[in-house]
Amino acid sequence: MDMGIQQRVMDLAEKYGNEDLIVVLGGAEAEASGLAAETVSKGDPTFAGPLAGVPLGLKAYHVFEEEIKNEVDPQVYDDQVSMMEMVLDVDAIINEVRTYREG
Amino acid sequence: MLSGKKVIIIGDRDGIPGPAIEECIKTAGAEIVFTATECFV
Amino acid sequence: MAYPVIKGARYLLVHVPNMLINNGTTQTVERKKNPDSSYLKNIYKHIRSFEDAVAYPPNQVYIGNISPDELAKMESPWYENLVHGSSRFGRLGEIVPEDEFYAWMKVSDAFELVFLEKGFTDELKLKLKGNELFSENDISKLGSGFEIYEIEKLVRENSAEPLNMGEKLVGCIKRAHDIDVNLSAGVILENTAAKASAAIVLRKLIKDLGIEAESIDYIIETSEESCGDMNQRGGGNFAKAIGEIGGCINATGCDIRGFCAGPAHGLINAAALVQSGIFKNVVVLGGGAVAKLGMNGKDHVAKGLPVLEDMLGGFAVLVSENDGKNPIIRTDLIGKHNVGSGSSPQAVMQAIVADPLEKGGLKIGDIDKYSVEMQIPEITVPAGAGDVPQANYKMIAALAVKKGELDRRDLLDFARKHGMPGFAPTQGHIPSGVPFIGFAREWLLEDRIKRAMIIGKGSLFLGRMTNLFDGVSFILEQNKGKGEEKKQPGKEQIKFIMAEAFRELADNLLQEAGNWNGK
Repeated sequence: MDMGIQQRVMDLAEKYGNEDLIVVLGGAEAEASGLAAETVSKGDPTFAGPLAGVPLGLKAYHVFEEEIKNEVDPQVYDDQVSMMEMVLDVDAIINEVRTYREG
Repeated sequence: MLSGKKVIIIGDRDGIPGPAIEECIKTAGAEIVFTATECFV
Repeated sequence: MAYPVIKGARYLLVHVPNMLINNGTTQTVERKKNPDSSYLKNIYKHIRSFEDAVAYPPNQVYIGNISPDELAKMESPWYENLVHGSSRFGRLGEIVPEDEFYAWMKVSDAFELVFLEKGFTDELKLKLKGNELFSENDISKLGSGFEIYEIEKLVRENSAEPLNMGEKLVGCIKRAHDIDVNLSAGVILENTAAKASAAIVLRKLIKDLGIEAESIDYIIETSEESCGDMNQRGGGNFAKAIGEIGGCINATGCDIRGFCAGPAHGLINAAALVQSGIFKNVVVLGGGAVAKLGMNGKDHVAKGLPVLEDMLGGFAVLVSENDGKNPIIRTDLIGKHNVGSGSSPQAVMQAIVADPLEKGGLKIGDIDKYSVEMQIPEITVPAGAGDVPQANYKMIAALAVKKGELDRRDLLDFARKHGMPGFAPTQGHIPSGVPFIGFAREWLLEDRIKRAMIIGKGSLFLGRMTNLFDGVSFILEQNKGKGEEKKQPGKEQIKFIMAEAFRELADNLLQEAGNWNGK
């Protein structure tokens, strides 16, 4: 994950704590989405950015996941996201991102 | 689940970009505290 | 008014493994933050030879020796299925090795900032003698070279950027100012590389098309670099600097920026300049991005791949007045993503793809081939960005499904039929739409396709000035000949033409009378 983004996530987690703060992802691919979820929960596995060795414990969801999708206005979801459900590998992305909330 | 929560959005230029996710999250009653979009190319 | 045409397109790749290690930002950042990292230790084992880079199937497509359709049928991973015996010279382009490129950088240096070692300079002179793009004048510009101790001293004491061939130091690039970061050695290196690579491909375009360099009126440079000093960071102007090396003495030009969408914006502007009659011949070009070399190298090394981002890219396209033959740019059907278009993928695709088609009464399937962001998938997939062209084709197909023009079951088929595999290096602006223009021109001339759409998309948010995304598109179409496009002149027009003719006659008579009077 981009270093600038890691820094902002770290600052925000410090400010708000990890109880009421969640991360919503829009990754194009399972591995990269999983990597982002891992970075904000367990720390940056690539040891490149500020979150290397910093487990913030934030919960991350992909916007495709039911937990998010079901709470969004269906019309807005349809306009903004639905087309990409036809394009990307939804199941693989969801399965990968979910792993980092359970572990 | 989202109502009353604070949300960080990390979109992807070749997936769902940040601002598109933002439009969605706004309708769920959450407060968006940061939006970014990643680019790998 | 007659649509402008694409007269020709040429492409360039430069294999620069040493610049990748020394100057790619992934590597320079790692060297600063993690100087002892295993990545920096292991990267050397993942460097490709020039021969392997030439034999790499997507590179052969980029220079026109293999067609995109043939690539789709070739066995992957392509880096393990090299086409041995391939030539560095292609029908549509060329692959240049790093040592020769250093010579081009020296020739492109206007301020004595590039230093090449004596013995190395002698070797280059021998190697480049007889090179059809590198003139005798260029050979003399190389000079006699510098002593190695002078170069070592500049690197050691004056923050010069080293130029290596493997372990061996063969030259350096000096900073142009002691304090100004915009004129630092690193920036001068990046800019000189962008200039030199664009200059090579400009010379190739001129030579291959058999046109006079003097006939070019205007040059639009569309890379992602920026040249200027601390008082005007992006002052410009690469275009004119490149035109100078290309011998385009009758041209001026400007730089157009739009991240990866730059070339598509540049081509639309070129089309407008030509169609309006302001200029007859406009070249749109772009050189390579040193910073992006090895951008996803960590993933490639971790997964045991060669570091595939070891190529600088370049392209040059000539837009000219309608000749009744070459494919036209449909300037009445330009796609553009507006400030208010919305940033969802479907809003972007609607604006760039569907809107212009609807305006022309066309369906999404009426475009035979779409040229999207043509990044080589085996570069981006290991980095987690997926197969970018494939995702774009699926998005276009999904849009057709949403509009009821396509059955969802045919989505993948549509993507295959109207798309092609990515074959361009991840050099930002380089893969964005333009790599296919060379093939598109030929296929339109051969009646293999009727229409192609060239799409450029840009991540403006990386500049931190807006969260907006950008994109533009244009359609290339077969030229039906000049005759069909011209309408019969109306009465008013005939009157006007007659009046013009009489005026011209009167002027000539007056002038002749003046000559008789000895004026």
